[in-house]
Amino acid sequence: MAVGSSTDLGATQGADLPLIPEGPPGRARLRLPRSPKTLIGLAGLAAFLVLAVIGPWIAPYNPAQTFSTTASFPQPPSAAHLLGTTQQQQDVLSQLLAGGRSTVLVALVAGLAATVLSVVIGVTAGYAAGLPDDLLSMLANFFLVMPALPLLIVIFGFLPQSQGSDDVLIGAIIAITGWAFGARVLRAQTLSLRNRDYVESARIIGERGWRIIGFEILPNLIPILASSFLFTVLYGVGTYTALAFLGLVNPNHLSWGGMLFYAQVAGAEQSGYWWLFIPPGLAVALLGTSLALLNFGIDEFINPRLRAAGLSRRRARRAGIEGADRLPRRFVLGVTPVIRSVPPRRPR
Amino acid sequence: MYVISRRIGFYILTAIAAVTVDFFIPRVMPGNPVNAVLAKMQSTVVTPATLHALEVEFGSGTREGIWGQYLHYWYNILHGNLGISTSNGMVPVTTVIRGALPWTLGLVGTATVISFILGTLLGILVAWRRGSWLDTLLPATTFFQAAPYFFLAFLAIDLFAIKLGWFPAGSARNTLDFPALDWTYISDVLDHAILPALTIVVASAAGWIVGMRNVMITTMDEDYVLVAQAKGLPRRRVIWYAARNAILPSIAGFSLAIGFVVSGALLTEIVFSYPGLGFILLSAVQEADYALLQGIFLVITMAVLLANLAADFVYVFLDPRTRREA
Repeated sequence: MAVGSSTDLGATQGADLPLIPEGPPGRARLRLPRSPKTLIGLAGLAAFLVLAVIGPWIAPYNPAQTFSTTASFPQPPSAAHLLGTTQQQQDVLSQLLAGGRSTVLVALVAGLAATVLSVVIGVTAGYAAGLPDDLLSMLANFFLVMPALPLLIVIFGFLPQSQGSDDVLIGAIIAITGWAFGARVLRAQTLSLRNRDYVESARIIGERGWRIIGFEILPNLIPILASSFLFTVLYGVGTYTALAFLGLVNPNHLSWGGMLFYAQVAGAEQSGYWWLFIPPGLAVALLGTSLALLNFGIDEFINPRLRAAGLSRRRARRAGIEGADRLPRRFVLGVTPVIRSVPPRRPR
Repeated sequence: MYVISRRIGFYILTAIAAVTVDFFIPRVMPGNPVNAVLAKMQSTVVTPATLHALEVEFGSGTREGIWGQYLHYWYNILHGNLGISTSNGMVPVTTVIRGALPWTLGLVGTATVISFILGTLLGILVAWRRGSWLDTLLPATTFFQAAPYFFLAFLAIDLFAIKLGWFPAGSARNTLDFPALDWTYISDVLDHAILPALTIVVASAAGWIVGMRNVMITTMDEDYVLVAQAKGLPRRRVIWYAARNAILPSIAGFSLAIGFVVSGALLTEIVFSYPGLGFILLSAVQEADYALLQGIFLVITMAVLLANLAADFVYVFLDPRTRREA
């Protein structure tokens, strides 16, 4: 094996190594394309998940602890407080580390609940057709056009304060406004699958409806399902942050949105207290970026044309692919460059 | 036309549903809404007039059944009566909203149009030049899309208003200015609008870029585009053929996007203290002014529905296939 090669394209043809077939093509296709986007997205997401679990334990101080009763302004970063202190003289770094748990938890609950809802409604609508389809589609369209944030603000406005800090409840409420897009996509795909021959034959040999849905249709929906799950988690992150920023979630319930709420209360952007809003805002943005990059990877998996998009001559050469110089310098209409691990032989 | 009338029917049903949701939310929440509101109104003095306004709002002072209250609610809405705003000196909610609505419409409307046009053009460019350095633009725009709008607003104020001093840091106009149709006033309003509008454009253009690029790449593989190229048409014409077909899903997806843009813009307004709907929304939340909260929800929903309807009209006009369906 070539040491240090970052790609297995064309580099694995060692002289004395037998050519190992790459397994059945069906299996190979299940792998996500290993584009930098996907890898960065996966790594980022993993880091945030770890942070959500261990964050509160590795925080240097108790995030609620007040360090000074005399200082009346947020203190800039120092050796004792690496990211400075808040208006209430609490340690920003500790709040940042501990606040991730709530944000990630709410987003995951929202993503899970919304995905379950969208599968139940979308697949049922697509498979059942007729009147149930019309009604369910109408329900989904209704939730699609309703502006979500104002609706959530009204709901949270009336939520008793005691329940304003229950992460699972918050996630579930956010899910109510976030399932419709996934349901619409899943319905469309189910519609296209239900008339295919293999589903038809399953029906003819007398398989039950739930079995056809569960074993014939659902496995083919997994990429779309994953994409819609990530999309909803991303939506959950943004929405929860927005609600907390507005002070609709109990502000003493530590989250990144809540930190931004206190930054706004302290007038951070007007007074240059950047350490109050950049760390939590950046954390939310990076978490969102990881999710979106991973989603790009899944999009490229579903639609291979998007994948070929990144193949320039320079990139192919950097990957050590033979024949890279024969690739067009720039994308040419009507030509889709395809990489083969074995360069095609020239006819003599 | 069949398609159009179907869509109008759908939006009317959605509007009815929105009013119904608005009516039922305070009533299905656990506990007495009047008490819940009073518990959140710690900072304000509760006068008998406030109490009365709340009881009328939630129907707890009347002996009408829930159905009667619902009809009454409709009667009020159809007569333009959205209740009394308790946080603004007991003026009608409609008066408060009327003062704020033009600012939001101006800001969000302009920013959305700019961001749609800019994002679509960039999407076409990125798709056409795929494989070039422009592809690196995508992860960058993703960051702006994933960041909360109001975080970008924080950054914009800190950098452009405070550190560089190019733009005012908040509000929509100088308080000393007298509203008039002269250049001083207009330039002042524009000066105040640039930074919030820029924030909204930067945050929302990413979605259009990615959407347009993905459809455009798929469209460029269609045979008719290849034929156009093979015929030796100028490159500009070929791009135009592909682009005008690729733009259809973007317009169809407008309805999904507009909700995000409006939500984000409301939060941007809050950071900029821009006196639009978002700003009074925040004060409604803080002062527990629920009549105002529900009123804003209704007005935003209706505005979004109208925008959707307009997008549908455009779509039917652009895509003959939707017309043939009838």
